[in-house]
Amino acid sequence: MSSGTVTPYRSGLRTGRDGFAQLVRAEWTKFRTVRGWLIGMMVAALVIVLLGLLSASGSQTSCGGPSDVCPAVPVGPGGEAVEDKFYFVHRSLAGDGGITVRMTSMTGQIRLPDITPGTRRVVPGVEPWAKAGVMIKDGTRQGSAYAATMITGGHGVRMQHDFTEDVAGRPGGVSAASPRWLRLTRSGEELTGYESADGAHWTKVGTARLAGLPATVQVGLFVASPGDLTVKQTDLGGSTVQNRFAEATAAFDQVSLEGKVSGGAWSRDDIGVTREPDGSPHHPGGVVESGGTFTVTGVGDIAPLADGQTIESTLTGVLTGLIVVIVVAVMFITSEHRRGLIRTSLLASPRRGRVLAAKAVVIAAVTFVAGLAGAGVVVPLGTWILRAGGNYVLPVSLLTESRVVVGVAALLAVAAVFALALGALFRRSAAAVTAAIAAIVLPHILATASVLPAGAAQWLLRLTPAAGFAIQQSIPEYPQVIGHYVPQAGYYPLAPWAGFAVLCGYAVLALGLAVFMLRRRDV
Amino acid sequence: MRRELRAEWTKLRTVADTGRLLLAVIALTVASSAAAAATVSCPAAGCDHDPAKISLIGVQVGQAAVAVLAVLAITGEYGTGMIRTTLAAMPRRGTVLAAKATVLTGLTLAAGAVAVLGSVLAGWLILPGNGFTPAHGHPFLSLSDGPTLRAAVGSVLYLVLIALLSLGVAAAVRDSATAIGVVFVLLYVFSILPFMISDPDWQRLLWQISPMNAGLAVQATTNLSSLPLSPWAGLGVLAAWAAAALLGGGSLLRVRDA
Repeated sequence: MSSGTVTPYRSGLRTGRDGFAQLVRAEWTKFRTVRGWLIGMMVAALVIVLLGLLSASGSQTSCGGPSDVCPAVPVGPGGEAVEDKFYFVHRSLAGDGGITVRMTSMTGQIRLPDITPGTRRVVPGVEPWAKAGVMIKDGTRQGSAYAATMITGGHGVRMQHDFTEDVAGRPGGVSAASPRWLRLTRSGEELTGYESADGAHWTKVGTARLAGLPATVQVGLFVASPGDLTVKQTDLGGSTVQNRFAEATAAFDQVSLEGKVSGGAWSRDDIGVTREPDGSPHHPGGVVESGGTFTVTGVGDIAPLADGQTIESTLTGVLTGLIVVIVVAVMFITSEHRRGLIRTSLLASPRRGRVLAAKAVVIAAVTFVAGLAGAGVVVPLGTWILRAGGNYVLPVSLLTESRVVVGVAALLAVAAVFALALGALFRRSAAAVTAAIAAIVLPHILATASVLPAGAAQWLLRLTPAAGFAIQQSIPEYPQVIGHYVPQAGYYPLAPWAGFAVLCGYAVLALGLAVFMLRRRDV
Repeated sequence: MRRELRAEWTKLRTVADTGRLLLAVIALTVASSAAAAATVSCPAAGCDHDPAKISLIGVQVGQAAVAVLAVLAITGEYGTGMIRTTLAAMPRRGTVLAAKATVLTGLTLAAGAVAVLGSVLAGWLILPGNGFTPAHGHPFLSLSDGPTLRAAVGSVLYLVLIALLSLGVAAAVRDSATAIGVVFVLLYVFSILPFMISDPDWQRLLWQISPMNAGLAVQATTNLSSLPLSPWAGLGVLAAWAAAALLGGGSLLRVRDA
């Protein structure tokens, strides 16, 4: 028995070794030393690439004809694919100037589905987005810059420019009893649209700035009418979309031009008209001029194009990759519970919330890298394969392409954190994996590939964590273009980052709940 | 085999999850079927919908619980180390797996039959109110109708085959999280692959070999000629998947250390 003072034991290690950086390092060491998890992440990246390339090479399109070359698709000033097809009655205008017209009627005809096969059923009517009015355009090349003031079939007066931009004027249509006046003026690069009910009192509709507009432009009257769209649900869970012929006819009079306008007769161009194999125009437009009245008939649309493959159609492997990621993320925490390692972890770092936060950081970072590798390879390479297979892939800006690639990686990373949190909550891998798949993967499958009505599918993609998939949509939805905007066709109800924010919200909520429960429960 | 059957039955019966998952199979199937039946409608002009298929659509959701049940029947033992005791007591490993498969088949048959009957009943109650009446070209749902009976019986068999497929996969991978991931990819993700590829030949081929799409062909009662596979041939594809999974899982169980 000794007496006297005893010096208490002091560890030789310096203090502060449970800082967050050390915790992250500890969790990274745990992750990288389990071979199955590293392999799992590589499998996730690989499956994204291989399934994407498989589906891209399985898509072949042929345009037929002797040369089998698809017609070039015009590209608008913003780089997007556009449809630029209308009847244009025009003169050239040098320098500043403008055009003023009175429009006295707008009629049209629409072809409806045949009741008796082989018999065309054409009824009078105007498509809601049929357009007629005045336009100033940088020449007659398809896709060149333009601005136009117009009256539409069902959406009142609009001022549109460069295919994607649309400003609403006053509502209402046009008739002989209540004609409407339209005016479009150019001043440098600035074009301004006006409308009037009497030709005396003018209201400004909007202004467009067309950068780089040359000194000489084409000014005149135009008419276009997009086709009539019908959607039919099919039994296997898809839908068939039919776009049928429609044309519009508008009558203009009291046409007056200002500025240095070319003399002589008006030029007439059926811009972008489809040609039959023998070279004759298919559904031509036209103009009848008599005593200062122009009756113009046009077919087509002046709008961004949504008809084609998208870059995100190469991301077929993401769902499979996501399931692999979910499995690894769940096991990253549940295996600690199963093996009892969690007791050691929490003994080493008694502040339990920080342990879970460190795990979340590690799994998110690892998943992000794997996702970036997978998506970064498959999007450019898959797009290239699609184009080589004769498919038309809608062009997008480099910024959009990067957003899709980085967004998919971030989607996988946040989903991994969500799955990790569920693993911490349930502490059992079977329950956590099932719950995570049921929360993220199942709603997306139900919404995009099932017999669910479009409305229900859209609500699923607003309310569930599957809303995050909106980040991969590269072609936006345009309200001024008639389209079949449903999840089945690749259109998400939320904007890309808004949808991603919904998923982040779920992940934060689950992680918060998991931290709360981890603090309360015994391990 | 009797001893093995008895042992497996005792194990599965005394795990708390089994009862809950069987209830989940029934609840998920009937609830989803009823929800689907309540959302579709058939106007007076007629519609393309297949009433039998709609009232059995919940099988697509209920199968998830069946898969989890089947996976846990074997990976649960790996998780706790019980598998070593099991294999020490019953060294004939193929027979152990066969006994597990038999017990699972019995349980899934029972739960599946209740779930499918409940779904048909829900469809029978709800669909006429949404316009699926003889006046609109749809006779009332009845199990005395040959194709409807085939759809109902086929759906129960479908669930059994899903259980066997999941058991085989789980025996091969030995971990519940991984096994559930693999099974869900095989079922759900594989089922939408045909819709992600535009080439019609690929679409058809992928549809025909996808266990879920092909297996659920057994539920179709209208437009049979438009299906890539006949109903029973479709179920046969799923049976081939299940057999392959069981054979693969069984041989791995025999050759590997536990």
